[in-house]
Order: sequence, then C-alpha cells, then structure tokens
Amino acid sequence: MREVLDQWDFVLAAYALGIGGTLATVVWSWLVMVGAEARRDASRSARREP
Amino acid sequence: MHGYANPKRFLSLARWMTPLFLAAGLVLVAVALVWGLLVVSPDRLMGETVRILFLHVPFAWLGMGGWSALAIASLVFLVWRHPLAALAARGIAVPGAVFTALCLATGSIWGRPTWGTWWVWDGRLTSMLVLLFLYMAYIALAQAAAREGISARIPAIFGLLGAINIPIINRSVVWWNSLHQPPSITMGKSAIDGEYLTPLLVSTLGFSLLFGGIVLARMRALLAETQAEARLRRRALEVA
Repeated sequence: MREVLDQWDFVLAAYALGIGGTLATVVWSWLVMVGAEARRDASRSARREP
Repeated sequence: MHGYANPKRFLSLARWMTPLFLAAGLVLVAVALVWGLLVVSPDRLMGETVRILFLHVPFAWLGMGGWSALAIASLVFLVWRHPLAALAARGIAVPGAVFTALCLATGSIWGRPTWGTWWVWDGRLTSMLVLLFLYMAYIALAQAAAREGISARIPAIFGLLGAINIPIINRSVVWWNSLHQPPSITMGKSAIDGEYLTPLLVSTLGFSLLFGGIVLARMRALLAETQAEARLRRRALEVA
C-alpha cells in the first residue's frame, strides 16, 4: 500500500521550526546582551557613589 | 586587524553593527522565504519540498561555517593571546549549535516525503550530527573553563581539533555512498536552476547577517560580564 503524504505539511513544519528557532535565538541573544550591559553599567555607576 | 582586538574599539563598532546586521538579516530572510514559499514553482523531482531548501542550505552552510570561524578564532587566541578571539569563539558556539540543529531538523523533515525516511546513518547526516555534539561539548567546556577559572586554551585547542570534522562533512557525499545528493554548488559553478539559485543566495546572505548579529550580541554580553566581574573583584580588593 502506498502512503499518501501532503508535501505542504512538511514544508510548513520546516518553515515554522526554522523561523521560530532563528527568531528565538535572535531575541534570546539580544536580551542576554541588554541585561549584561545594564549590569556592567550599574556596577560602573555604583563605583562612582561615595 | 590587531587594532580591532581592543575591547573599546570593538564595542564602538559592534554598537552600530549589531542592530544593522540583525535588521538587514531579518529583511533579507523575510524576502527570501516569501519568495521561496510563494513565488518559485515546484521542482520536477522534489515537488513542493524544494521550498525547504531555502532554509536547510543556509543552516548547513552556517553550521559548518560557524565551526570554521570558531577554529580560526581559537587559533588567533592560541597564537596571539587576544582575549577578544576567545570571546568570539564562545559567541559563535551557541548560534552555530542552533543552526546545526535546525539543519538536521529541516533536513529530516525534507527527507521523509522525498527519501521516504526521517533519518539514515550515512556519512553526511552522521558527520553533521557529530558537528552538533562537538558544538555542545565546546559550549560545556568553555562555560566550565570560565566558571572554574581554568585556562581558556583548553576550549581553544578543542575548537581547533574539532575542525577536522569540517572537510569530512564536505567530502562525505563524495567518499561514501549516500542518499544525500553530491555538492550542487562548487567554486564558481552551480547545478541549480536560476529560479531557485537567486532566492537561495538571498536567503543565505540574510541568515549569514543574522548569524553575524547574534555573534556580535553574544560577544558584547560576554565582554560586559567580564568587565562587571573585574570591577566587582577590584572593589572587593579595595574594601579588604
């Protein structure tokens, strides 16, 4: 018996995974960078306080 | 080149390059994927699944290119001791691992309707899986080295040794029998029809810019953490 597969299901699954994975990595890296730079700036300003 | 190893000079460049790379990458990827999904016609042999290649090929290229860049950064760190080179290698590792995993996942999704199977243990797929494990081992090793204060030379040597896998991945479809097709693009030549090649190149350029933006963001985060930690240590010494 021959299995019938809808190719579009596979195309859409690959696009959802590829786009979702890439965007998640971009957002995660951006948030990590913003957080780390804020902590560095906070430690710099804390040093200036008497 | 050595001048850019200065953290201040690196930051002055990275501050405007990070958003520029990410924004340009997002625009190009959006254009290429809409083009690949809605404009190009189905392939004679692959049918609609040809559209998956506009994601899979850039992921494969960046997974392999990422480790090549990681190995070069490791070599620069070992030879010239530039601390920014070690940060660059660490910054490359996470997006490299993510893109390699996405390459394997999208390849597997493409393989099911095209080859009739999700996975085969052939040379190309197995060596790509080995690359993912190498990335994971490098991330664990680099984090342990940073946390425990062990020399950063150990992950750098690992990064250099792992580069042995890159020519193996590249030549695997030539050396061994494989379901995977032989290289479609070689130096100056392409076996891909222009209708598919143009969106593929746009997609590869877009994902490469995104990869570059992610690496810069992660390098900036690592540099900021190192600077904050050094400042806290100095202050603790002053108090004591």
